[in-house]
Amino acid sequence: MKKPELLVTPTSVSHIHDLASAGADAIIIGEQRYGLRLAGEFRRDDIVEAVKIARQYGINVYVAMNAIFHNDKVDELGDYVRFLADTGVDAIVFGDPAVLMTVREVAPHMKLHWNTETTATNWYACNYWGRKGAKRAVLARELNMDAIIEIKEHAEVEIEVQVHGMTCMFQSKRSLIGNYFEYQGKVMEIERRKYDKGMFLHDKERDNKYPIFEDENGTHIMSPNDICIIDELTEMVDAGIDCFKIDGVLHAPDYITEVTKKYRRAIDLCAENRGQYEKEKDQLLAEIEAIQPKHRPLDTGFFFKETVY
Amino acid sequence: MLLKNDNISEIINGKRVITKKPELLAPAGNLEKLKVAVHYGADAVFIGGQEYGLRSNADNFTLEEIAEGVRFANQYGAKIYVTTNIYAHNENIPGLDNYLKGLQEAGVHGIIVADPLIIETARRVAPKLEVHLSTQQSLTNWKAVQFWKEEGLERVVLARETSAEEIREIKEKVDIEIEAFIHGAMCIAYSGRCVLSNHMTARDSNRGGCCQSCRWDYDLYKLDGGKEIPLFDEKDAPFAMSPKDLNLIQSIPKMIELGIDSLKIEGRMKSIHYVATVVSVYRKVIDAYCADPDNFVIRKEWLEELDKCANRDTAPAFFEGVPGYKEQMYGVHSKKTTYEFAGLVLDYDKETKMVTLQQRNFFKPGDEVEFFGPEIENFTQVVETIWDEDGNELDAARHPLQIVKFKVDREVFPYNMMRKEN
Ligand code: SF4
Repeated sequence: MKKPELLVTPTSVSHIHDLASAGADAIIIGEQRYGLRLAGEFRRDDIVEAVKIARQYGINVYVAMNAIFHNDKVDELGDYVRFLADTGVDAIVFGDPAVLMTVREVAPHMKLHWNTETTATNWYACNYWGRKGAKRAVLARELNMDAIIEIKEHAEVEIEVQVHGMTCMFQSKRSLIGNYFEYQGKVMEIERRKYDKGMFLHDKERDNKYPIFEDENGTHIMSPNDICIIDELTEMVDAGIDCFKIDGVLHAPDYITEVTKKYRRAIDLCAENRGQYEKEKDQLLAEIEAIQPKHRPLDTGFFFKETVY
Repeated sequence: MLLKNDNISEIINGKRVITKKPELLAPAGNLEKLKVAVHYGADAVFIGGQEYGLRSNADNFTLEEIAEGVRFANQYGAKIYVTTNIYAHNENIPGLDNYLKGLQEAGVHGIIVADPLIIETARRVAPKLEVHLSTQQSLTNWKAVQFWKEEGLERVVLARETSAEEIREIKEKVDIEIEAFIHGAMCIAYSGRCVLSNHMTARDSNRGGCCQSCRWDYDLYKLDGGKEIPLFDEKDAPFAMSPKDLNLIQSIPKMIELGIDSLKIEGRMKSIHYVATVVSVYRKVIDAYCADPDNFVIRKEWLEELDKCANRDTAPAFFEGVPGYKEQMYGVHSKKTTYEFAGLVLDYDKETKMVTLQQRNFFKPGDEVEFFGPEIENFTQVVETIWDEDGNELDAARHPLQIVKFKVDREVFPYNMMRKEN
């Protein structure tokens, strides 16, 4: 049976060795100048290095260019794309059509993955971006299992689904943390805010904690729970979903490596030895629960939820 | 002026006038609001149908109402656009063809769309509809605009995060109609990139279910070696992401000079009083500027007039630079409007000076009220005896939608409005 690719997020160049050894099939890297909410910051040199390491292990390298670009960066997109093509990365992840246009102009053979995070919500849109040049669509996290399977049934492009980690709930261009400190008159905090990845918003009514951080792309607010569906992979494996992603943003490297190992095992069993998967899956979930940071409860995201409107 | 676009003005009789006047685009949540918007000077109105538009809790239009709205607008030469800007899920696909065909048959001029599903379906089944790209796509650069132009769209609505300088560059590089927001509430997130409501209330914000979770209060903490350290003092207002409403009245001249094609007011949920007030003010600003740009000044009455219907503070946001904490609200999120809508003029008898008016809020003899409308200059009047339809004297106009009569010294016209200071 076809196995979905296991895509993970290294935090640094050296972390790639660990992840590849843990069983990753592909990594996604990049820098905040072009990509959104990455686990690590990979400048050009790092990308060159990452590709070399990936080649040793035979894994794929995808580079994130899924930021929402303003005019000021449009002119430099071509140079970056050309660099990525020369370096030999396997695909570029985009959301903004400006990237698609640029790739058509300077590196028409480069593979593209469409990922706007929140707006990939139906199969038609996935195929639309396919016709425009994307090889893969990364689905919105706010879809349930039935919708995901239905999209896959109609899809003419590869389908990627996030199976683990936190998700983004909100991106603003405004400097919302900085603005709040400024409102409070806290000069010190204003300076430090861009480096501080440990901040969260407490929602008293729901008793939820939402990680919040600022970077070049604005302010990001993240989900209060980490998705974990290591014990619910069967339907998607059977449907032939092409890629499972573990997003390790705001997590420690060792945690990401451990989670990668567990999913490697889960995917292999699910595809090759279904009986054993059924036996082991609760144990795999328990093992992840055991290493879960205490402020990050696990849940199943939107996979089994009904959303109204 | 640095930002001047030369294709928009001409010298006529030695005086510069703007020949490319932007469209004033107003919101309407129902047929009455649509008629008011058009009557008060909107060149186009955007409305929501029963499906596929955001704002699932607004009282949206049926197809028959849309057709009636189009007929009404046509008499004024105004256009009707329908917001069809959800990000659809698979389950929304059935029914879309018929819905779009229905809009085309109703004579709708265009639709405002975010999802490529709806763009391409409209092209296929309802090719007479213009397709405008919604702000839900968060378009922020010229190259992305170029992409949508090549896809054949007639117009794009830019992200609210674009600045004047960025719009100038987009206009310069791409020949496509640009629509930009000038007034009303807005997302503090990039539009289409916020799913707070999905997480917090299981309502899909990109299909109209947003609960404005961004405007709730939160406490900001820092995690330090497992300890949670509050980043607020008891005396501080809590962390919030509540933006002041957009207000670009001061920037209208610049927007006209940039050649922006459509100036859009937000607020399909707002009252007819709000729509009438905001539309009439911007109508005056645009007309005055276009008639004589070089001697134009913003009049104080216009600013005051806009304030009469505002229930939140307003600010210019990204058009004039990146907004800071002063463009947000902490602690208090709304304010009481200074004026209240009191009645809608149905008729006026010039002989007897008697107005026939539909009551919209309590008023009584002795109250000072203000009349406004496109045909008149604002004036105030003290209410004297009030009668009901049958000529019975009333101690007050107490009942919503009640028809009452009383004397008004100056002539007023149907659709003129009466407001009262709070
Ligand atoms: S929660 Fe706020 S930012 Fe998010 S969609 Fe709603 S209004 Fe916009």
